[in-house]
Amino acid sequence: MPNMSPKKNPMPTQDPKERSCNFKEVALGYTKEMAVDEAQRCLNCKNKPCVSGCPVGISIPDFIAKVAVEDFDGAYDIITKSSSLPAVCGRVCPQENQCEGKCVRGIKTEAVGIGRLERFVADWHNEHSTAAPVKPEPNGHKVAVIGAGPSGLTCAGDLAKMGYDVTIYEALHLAGGVLVYGIPEFRLPKSIVQKEVDGLKALGVKVITNTVVGKTISVDELFEDEGFEAVFIGSGAGLPRFMGIPGENLKGVYSANEFLTRVNLMKAYKEDSDTPIKKNKSVAVVGGGNVAMDAARCAKRLGAENVYIVYRRSEAEMPARKEEVEHAKEEGIIFKTLNNPIEVMGGDDKFVNGLKCVEMELGEPDESGRRRPVVKANSEFILDVDCVVMSIGTSPNPLIKNTTKGIETNKHGCFICNEDGLTSREGVYAGGDAVTGAATVILAMGAGKTAAKAMDEYIKAKN
Amino acid sequence: MYKIVRKKELNPTVTLMDIEAPMIAKKAEPGQFIILRVDEEGERIPLTVADFDREKGTVTIIFQIVGATTEKLNHKNEGEYIQDFVGPLGVASHTDGLKKVAVVGGGVGCAIAYPIAKKLHNLGCEVHSIVGFRNKDLVILEDEFKAVSDKLCMMTDDGSHGEKGLVTQALRKLIESGEKYDEVIAIGPLVMMKFVVAVTKEFGIKTVVSMNPIMIDGTGMCGGCRLTVGGETKFACVDGPDFDGFLVDFDEAMDRGTMYKPFERHKHEETCNLFAKEVK
Repeated sequence: MPNMSPKKNPMPTQDPKERSCNFKEVALGYTKEMAVDEAQRCLNCKNKPCVSGCPVGISIPDFIAKVAVEDFDGAYDIITKSSSLPAVCGRVCPQENQCEGKCVRGIKTEAVGIGRLERFVADWHNEHSTAAPVKPEPNGHKVAVIGAGPSGLTCAGDLAKMGYDVTIYEALHLAGGVLVYGIPEFRLPKSIVQKEVDGLKALGVKVITNTVVGKTISVDELFEDEGFEAVFIGSGAGLPRFMGIPGENLKGVYSANEFLTRVNLMKAYKEDSDTPIKKNKSVAVVGGGNVAMDAARCAKRLGAENVYIVYRRSEAEMPARKEEVEHAKEEGIIFKTLNNPIEVMGGDDKFVNGLKCVEMELGEPDESGRRRPVVKANSEFILDVDCVVMSIGTSPNPLIKNTTKGIETNKHGCFICNEDGLTSREGVYAGGDAVTGAATVILAMGAGKTAAKAMDEYIKAKN
Repeated sequence: MYKIVRKKELNPTVTLMDIEAPMIAKKAEPGQFIILRVDEEGERIPLTVADFDREKGTVTIIFQIVGATTEKLNHKNEGEYIQDFVGPLGVASHTDGLKKVAVVGGGVGCAIAYPIAKKLHNLGCEVHSIVGFRNKDLVILEDEFKAVSDKLCMMTDDGSHGEKGLVTQALRKLIESGEKYDEVIAIGPLVMMKFVVAVTKEFGIKTVVSMNPIMIDGTGMCGGCRLTVGGETKFACVDGPDFDGFLVDFDEAMDRGTMYKPFERHKHEETCNLFAKEVK
């Protein structure tokens, strides 16, 4: 008989007051008892709607059934058949729109906490397992992966498991992509990312950092000089957008990328870091996505008294996960929705000293289906801030596009691929944000997975 | 890890290093830069490629000791390693079709100006180099410039070496004496480049400047290196570092460069104290 409790086991979290002053993980994870209890809420439906909501198709009811009988290693084996980064996905996937969004229990009550269970299983494994991963039998074929973010790591992992000799090229000094430079420590501890990367290395994957493909080495050279038979491009969407309003180049205006990179990758929040970050009293973060929430919550932790989210639509239209919005509010982030900046103000010293905004109201739906925000007349006001973080989206990096012949991109600069991730050039596959524009970690992982399968078929067919 | 294969003090505050980085040496061109991190906890700093040896697989960097990172770097010796070294980044300097060029270098900026002068010279272009330093003790690369220049004007602020005066005065003199340049390439402190442009604008001579703003990744990701060029926002790391000097908003760039001055001063002092303690 399943556990018919209408509510999910709540996730234990650090107290909001305490956590808004530290960078330690907010969500503490289920205990063994909570996990087993939660697993028993699964009805083990025959048609498994949850699986259809998972971009990598994890056999969700099967792994949950193992958790219910306390076979956590068994649960881990089921998850890792489909996912290479379970400890990451259990933390950052928008489960409410994916697996949990399809859960039958969610129709009348709360869905089964699938994400929380996935995280529990992965953490259990990392803590208890001593079994070294089995290195697969080499098949003698070389493939290259560009970018060590979610799509690249997944693609590399899947190919390595098939026996390929895989090399990942990473532009930064550390592997992980957005998992290390973007998502903050308090949401995804970097030691977890490092563990996943180490796991790939144990499978035989080579990770070469400090290599910018398109500059240090070209895609053509990867084929001709290095002898790779296929290449996967997972270079992400790293180019920050700005609003184009006056004052955006004043000191104290950051792109979310720069702000988060300084904090997360370069550890500017630590006293002994050599990388500086401006200490601020009041910070406005412009945008309503997960990245904006991350930036706002980092600003709070760096000691800002007032942190505002400035978003031109209403909270209902915010693209950020509900959980992130709630966490941000608990930590004291002030939401200025239906507000739009029109100018960054600065003093004689050229440092930011205010953000001029207008109030908005929602009109008719636009092409995105969301109601279009329109400016309210005579609604100008100045928000008293000394730092502005622009978090209004990113575009794909043009470095590879500009230095590689025969790879087509669309008007947004995204690589054009077929459903297998194949670009317009033979042997070159792509996936993740470089193809879709800024999206989620799990979608990128799904794309890496699809491409790995197609690359394997391509190489097999050729030989 | 990247090995320091040669270290040479050019003057008390400027050091040259050859770093073993064969992949970068193979691709580097004058005008491009690298980003390095000295150690695991270090910050990422951009330095322009001062020279390269494709056969030996080395890239030369020349840096002035101005902050914590350059102080730490200067404490590394031949045979030791630095943590990270990535490049070549940015767009190479444009040299096609130039027949006669004035290369203007100021201070440590001469380290960047030199490889361009050398490349132009090797391409058969007539090169007039105008280099400026505060005083005799700070002069670097004099013999190197001599070897690649058809004319060399050595300027010092106090007249202790070469002629007394500023590079802009020397440049104006050459132009007024009838020298016709296809282009002026100016590399040095922002204020120097600003005033070089003020001179060349007067005579309508195309001027290219090399910008060196604060940056983190060097691949277009952070946007910290943005500057205004002809009213548009550009990223120095991917759109530059060379830009049309007539279009660059130098005042804004100078302001942005001061963003972390107090932090840098503090960190530098801290690092110096640390090294001083080690010596004791």
